[in-house]
Amino acid sequence: MTAPLLDIRDLHLGVALGRSAHHPLLKGVTFQIMPGEAYGLVGESGSGKSVTSLAVMGLLKKPLAVSGGEILFKGQSLLALPKRQMRRLRGNRIAMIFQEPMTALNPLSTVGRQIAEMFVLHQGKSWGEAQKLAVEALRNVRVPHPDRRAKNYPHQMSGGLRQRVMIAMALACNPDLLIADEPTTALDVTVQAEVLRLIKELCAERGTAVLFISHDLGVIASICQRVGVMYAGCLVEENETRALFDTPRHDYTRGLLGALPRLGSRSQHGRQRLIDIDSIIADRSKLTETRFIAPRGAEGSKP
Amino acid sequence: MLRFTLRRILQIIPTVVVVALLIFVIFSVVPGTFAASLFADGKRAADPQMIARLNEEFGLNKPLMERFVTYVTDLAQFDLGTSFRTRQPVIDLIHDRMWASLKLAIAAMVFALVIGVPLGFLAAMRPGSVLDTVTMIGAVSGLSMPQFWLGLLMMYLFALQLNWLPSFGYGNGSFQNLILPAITLGVTPLALLARTTRAGVLDVLNADFIRTAHSKGMSEIKVVRWHVARNALVLIVTTVGLQFGSLIGQAVVIEKLFAWPGIGSLLVDSVAIRDIPVVQGTILVIVLWFLVINTAVDLIYAAIDPRIKQE
Ligand SMILES: Nc1ncnc2c1ncn2[C@@H]1O[C@H](COP(=O)(O)OP(=O)(O)O)[C@@H](O)[C@H]1O
Ligand SMILES: [Mg+2]
Repeated sequence: MTAPLLDIRDLHLGVALGRSAHHPLLKGVTFQIMPGEAYGLVGESGSGKSVTSLAVMGLLKKPLAVSGGEILFKGQSLLALPKRQMRRLRGNRIAMIFQEPMTALNPLSTVGRQIAEMFVLHQGKSWGEAQKLAVEALRNVRVPHPDRRAKNYPHQMSGGLRQRVMIAMALACNPDLLIADEPTTALDVTVQAEVLRLIKELCAERGTAVLFISHDLGVIASICQRVGVMYAGCLVEENETRALFDTPRHDYTRGLLGALPRLGSRSQHGRQRLIDIDSIIADRSKLTETRFIAPRGAEGSKP
Repeated sequence: MLRFTLRRILQIIPTVVVVALLIFVIFSVVPGTFAASLFADGKRAADPQMIARLNEEFGLNKPLMERFVTYVTDLAQFDLGTSFRTRQPVIDLIHDRMWASLKLAIAAMVFALVIGVPLGFLAAMRPGSVLDTVTMIGAVSGLSMPQFWLGLLMMYLFALQLNWLPSFGYGNGSFQNLILPAITLGVTPLALLARTTRAGVLDVLNADFIRTAHSKGMSEIKVVRWHVARNALVLIVTTVGLQFGSLIGQAVVIEKLFAWPGIGSLLVDSVAIRDIPVVQGTILVIVLWFLVINTAVDLIYAAIDPRIKQE
């Protein structure tokens, strides 16, 4: 068996409150991503998906801090890595796409220049060369007229195009791992499908592993081989995507699946009923201690 | 960009015209005349004959409409009239004073920029640090200090006690004479610049695209150079523009205090003796100054921010 590319072991992370107090946000998250694998993290908003990804990138900002566990990338501990070496990995070996295509790009700088920065930073290219490579990078993400588009400013582009620019930028240095944190949530449904397909195909072509984060199981299912389900700072279930859909083991997962509108499946009333997850997760504060969902709500488990 | 520049410059003209008319209207309704003000000190009894003669000479007893026509036609030929007091063309009087004022304002602004912007930047990079705290306390003190008091204090310390610098006067334009008034005038814009720079940089640092920049593996210095600086500049340029304009108003006090032969002291003196042509001319020049600076700020904006040219 090959060694995992990313190995997160019992990751604890929280908000530092003064000297010793600490409010936990992640309570022991463990999962592995194999080289070239697309791994999905799903869960309601606030369940800790983004902080997990930021911890991997080493981009947690101040009150947030890792309080325990390990993050190994190709066997190397990222948490112990000196800043300078972490910077060399970031963007180069591990790249990230964010949710907000509107604000994730610098409004005062051309997109070509912003992509070119990657080549200057990590490959020691001159600005002239880097600009040319940036046009190629835009072509690779199927932006029409890449040479002209490279001179555009972000405000001259649609959300879908900007997200393509983000993808071009993230994949510029052929990273081993791409972290995509809700990359399509802010996009129209049709654009969403295109962008998803693009990420899927490009990563498959290059053998880039993906950590794909979404609150939408449907999106995850279309791109990932394996899925981890996050709930209140814990990874409550993990399985192959198919198996997860067929035999969800955890109540929360069942809730998520129930909330997924599916074509063709109709209930006896002739109309599909969506299950309201709110009724399951209403009392989260109590659940955080037991780490598991109490049997309540529409899809409560049988003892 | 050229069309944008031309348009913005042409927009100055109608504003100047409206302001010129307003100035005329205001000064034809203010009470008191130059002739009457000659006797206002009460040392001499008012001489009605002399007042009448002066009013005749300055054309002040002509009907308002007639005076208005003269004013407008003269103005169209860049003639701002003749001073009642010195009988010199107003434009010459202003010309002499304007360079002294400009020099003072620019020196004050340079002083404010060179110290205020770096301080604000560093404070924002390390919020809560000693430097940040000291800078912000200094900025609040600078803003709350009355300028004439600060001027007096500096005069006392550097001129009288230490004898390093001349205490007042233009000194034929020597640099040493410039230092004290420029620093006094520059303290307010310095404090404001330090504060707005800090706020602006903090704002930019929290932007999503800065997180993107970090995710690319950039060092903090490169993040600042490539992504923070230009974005923070927008706010800094606004502050500089606003402050530059109002400096000339604040300069009235400083020019008086340091006996600086600028346009501010000319205005105050002329108002006191109702030398209306000089007052009108000076105000017009000050308005023009504001307009030029505003236009310059808009043009700099457009050069920094590609989103502006589009509109
Ligand atoms: N800077 C922060 N300070 C305090 N709490 C935070 C901070 N960032 C995130 N959190 C909390 O951490 C939890 C997980 O957030 P996040 O990872 O963004 O969720 P998700 O991405 O799954 O929607 C949320 O409850 C959120 O309120
Ligand atoms: Mg999130």
